[in-house]
Amino acid sequence: MKIVVPLNQVPDLVEDLEIADSGKELDFEVLKMKLNEFDDHALEEALQIKESSGGEVTAVAVDGPEVDKVLFTALAKGADKAVKITGANPHADNHTQARVLAGAVGQLGADLVLVGVQSAGDRDGQLGPLLAAYLNWPGVCVVSGLKPEGGKLTFHKEYAGGLMAEFEVDLPAVMGVQAARATPRYAPVSKVRQVQTTAKIESLAAAAAGDVPAASVEKMEPPVKGAGAKMLKSAADIIQVLKEKGVV
Amino acid sequence: MGDVYVVAEHLNGELAEMTFEMLVHARGLAGGVGGSVTAVLIGGTDAMAAKLGAADKVIRVAAEADYNPDTYAAGLKAVVDAKKPQVVMAGNTSQGMDLANALSARNNMPMAAACLKVSAAGGNVHAVSQLYGGKMNVTSNLGSGPCVVTVAAGAVSADGGRKDGAPASEDGGKAPAATKLRFKKLIQPEKGDVDITTQDVLVAVGRGIGKKEDIEVAVELADKLKAAVAASRPIIDAGWMPKSRQVGKSGLKVKPKVYLALGISGAPEHLEGMKNSATIIAVNTDKNAPIFDVAHYGLVGDLFDVVEEMMDEL
Ligand SMILES: Cc1cc2nc3c(=O)[nH]c(=O)nc-3n(C[C@H](O)[C@H](O)[C@H](O)COP(=O)(O)OP(=O)(O)OC[C@H]3O[C@@H](n4cnc5c(N)ncnc54)[C@H](O)[C@@H]3O)c2cc1C
Ligand SMILES: Nc1ncnc2c1ncn2[C@@H]1O[C@H](COP(=O)(O)O)[C@@H](O)[C@H]1O
Repeated sequence: MKIVVPLNQVPDLVEDLEIADSGKELDFEVLKMKLNEFDDHALEEALQIKESSGGEVTAVAVDGPEVDKVLFTALAKGADKAVKITGANPHADNHTQARVLAGAVGQLGADLVLVGVQSAGDRDGQLGPLLAAYLNWPGVCVVSGLKPEGGKLTFHKEYAGGLMAEFEVDLPAVMGVQAARATPRYAPVSKVRQVQTTAKIESLAAAAAGDVPAASVEKMEPPVKGAGAKMLKSAADIIQVLKEKGVV
Repeated sequence: MGDVYVVAEHLNGELAEMTFEMLVHARGLAGGVGGSVTAVLIGGTDAMAAKLGAADKVIRVAAEADYNPDTYAAGLKAVVDAKKPQVVMAGNTSQGMDLANALSARNNMPMAAACLKVSAAGGNVHAVSQLYGGKMNVTSNLGSGPCVVTVAAGAVSADGGRKDGAPASEDGGKAPAATKLRFKKLIQPEKGDVDITTQDVLVAVGRGIGKKEDIEVAVELADKLKAAVAASRPIIDAGWMPKSRQVGKSGLKVKPKVYLALGISGAPEHLEGMKNSATIIAVNTDKNAPIFDVAHYGLVGDLFDVVEEMMDEL
């Protein structure tokens, strides 16, 4: 079983987000980026599948700032191969990313592609189902509980209120992973350093994305705040509110 | 051209709330593009069609009653190919994400996701997407041709979209059966020890709690307040609390008298489950956390300090 996991960096949302001078996108120069947490779940699920049923896990990422760190970290966690796609824009829209990745998956070969269910900047759709459509493979979003068996995979698709459906799919397929079966593992810095000196990241030139349907950006702005919360100064103020509401 | 097609969503034998919200968005948009609103009901029942009175028309596509991403996508594509609507609208939901993206890629239609608002001006469709965990809104121009949008839950009230009485119905054919993807069964949610949807007071913890052992801090406070403990999704995914305690899009919708959010950022998927609580009090170290936009009362601070002080005072 060959599993490919595309990894994407997103802004750390706990930090202040700066808008670029164009007024149309974030200022990626100043942002603190981190691995999309759902991609981390996708990678963990891939590693879990490999550990329980065998297989080979390839982490791929579009070349950009800190991409080596992301890929070496994936190797340190247990990925077998790391591939950097060169000559593509890591901040491109998802249709373009999906085209580029479809080209890479075609060259690398895969039985299963696991992507994070979404990422924070998904303006023009989600990568997983777009990639599935471009590969002409089945693709399903919001999945967990993956169990491969032979050339098939059973999995859960999550709906609202804890309701789920069980499906079975013939591979190859693309899954948008919501949550891995275990908390994504952590690779200690020392391990990442060691991998950096021993392992190699392969390069793959990006295939031309071709024509993708594009919705152009007009502007980006923080949401207009409503009245917002009445800001309190202390825990005593919270208790005062709780008293007013009859809780204490 | 100029018509808005709404992909009516159903689950567990019933139309989803999102369907009615979409009908509200679609009505406003149809006015802007000078067209009508059509609901596309795939695998639905007569009883569902009878609740789509807010649409001008319903196109019924025959398919298995339980959602299958491949079957439903193919059924939708056939309708869109035949009718060429200007806008296809789906929910930014588990089902809608599959269907909208597949349609956008296969039919080369521009797409905007997680929209709070979709409108038309000068012949073009514009959409405002809610991105970066609710910290940024981005307006896209989808042009004047066919396009796809998914709408975020809760941006409008579903009430205006609820109108009984089936609209004119049209046969949309039969969706081709999926060959590679098989629906097996629905798995109903597990019942928890406590039903968080019926509690007056909830103390909800998010990733700010840091580690499993520290959930105890919230449990103690909850005991003092005769409240139950609820949580955001990462706490459930980490296995620190049972799924029956999860509030949000893929968890439960709650509406307590008081919702005390500790270390929860207020991602749209979390807000979807609790923003209608009567009183929301949020404690967060990040003064820009989106939770403060829906909270009635906020305190910028470390939840551990705040809870400790509260315990001292109670
Ligand atoms: C399809 C789908 C469905 C989803 N369904 C749900 C759902 O049902 N429910 C849900 O909750 N999420 C859901 N999510 C996940 C959602 O997108 C967010 O990832 C999640 O809500 C974030 O949880 P959080 O606020 O606890 O964590 P974070 O976003 O990491 O926020 C933690 C917050 O804690 C604050 N903090 C840190 N330390 C402290 C401290 N000591 N004191 C005070 N504050 C502190 C930080 O400033 C931060 O704001 C879903 C996602 C997807 C894609
Ligand atoms: N120390 C703890 N660590 C992790 N989870 C806990 C802990 N204490 C309580 N819980 C969870 O919090 C829930 C709330 O407890 P209670 O409100 O007392 O019923 C329980 O169902 C447990 O799942």
